[in-house]
Amino acid sequence: MNRRLTLRLGMIAMLAAFASPVVFPQFASPSAGAAPGSAFSIPQDQLLQPDALNRLLREAGAEKPLVLQVGSHVLFAEAHIPGAEYAGQGSLPAGIQQLQNRVSALSRKKLIVLYCGCCPWNRCPNVGPAFAKLREIGFSNVKVLYLADNFGANWVEKGYAVEKGR
Amino acid sequence: MRTAVPRCWSLACLLVCVCFAAGTARAAESLLHKNAPEFVLADLNGNKVDLHAYRGKVVLLDFWATWCAPCQLEMPRFVAWQKQYGPRGLRVIGISMDDDPELARKLCKKLRLNYPVMMGDEKIGELYGGVLGLPVTFLIDSHGVVRAKFQGETDMNAMEEQLKALLLQP
Repeated sequence: MNRRLTLRLGMIAMLAAFASPVVFPQFASPSAGAAPGSAFSIPQDQLLQPDALNRLLREAGAEKPLVLQVGSHVLFAEAHIPGAEYAGQGSLPAGIQQLQNRVSALSRKKLIVLYCGCCPWNRCPNVGPAFAKLREIGFSNVKVLYLADNFGANWVEKGYAVEKGR
Repeated sequence: MRTAVPRCWSLACLLVCVCFAAGTARAAESLLHKNAPEFVLADLNGNKVDLHAYRGKVVLLDFWATWCAPCQLEMPRFVAWQKQYGPRGLRVIGISMDDDPELARKLCKKLRLNYPVMMGDEKIGELYGGVLGLPVTFLIDSHGVVRAKFQGETDMNAMEEQLKALLLQP
């Protein structure tokens, strides 16, 4: 009996941890608890894992997304995803305006992938506001690259292709 | 004979895994125990900062930015360490990876930084092995050798212990 109780309690604890945005931020869904503009405000089904984006970019014939980096221009210049454009820092009004200017002429159905990678996901001040702005102005096909730690650890050190320069 | 073949494959797989892990570790820690790349930059007050001139001191080199929340948690500790360990030979140097020096200047004033801060760029980032996420902090011993690298949110007590150990070395 004690063993069954222990097993049940263990399963409940595991389920709770699994659903926890702290332990598994990639499974976090937007909630009233997510601060507006935080990376956690981005719905889980809009997140894209690095290996999935890498496959998409390499896949012949697939619709290629417009990849926009919305973090630091200095870090972008050091290394960025091939073909990505720097679109302004998402945490600054000027950066949001730059992003808006970049996409203003695009079809609202265009597949856009945003990313930053400046710092750990739970600390990123840039992707949340950038995502929110694109959704606000009608873009319905926006994904955000989920970088748990930073661009270096989760993209470059995985051996995925990079480009340099501004 | 039947067991010899599986053992060879197991050993081969293990060897591949070890080499892969070693290669990955080498790429991530390539500056450790090597001379710190030298640079000469002007700080936000226009004063020249030459890393080579810090030989004989222990240097804490901190890459940060105003949009980096973990950086702003660390920097007050660096201010305290500069004050506490400065007489024992610590020199803290900050490199802001912001695009706008005015933002960096404002934060330096707000945090009352007591150490020089320069504006970084992609060149110095690459010089230091690729600064592709912040914060990044290096500890450089008195001979100019990189002895530690801290990436991301860090156990500050552990960093302080390493710092103190370097200050004790000749």
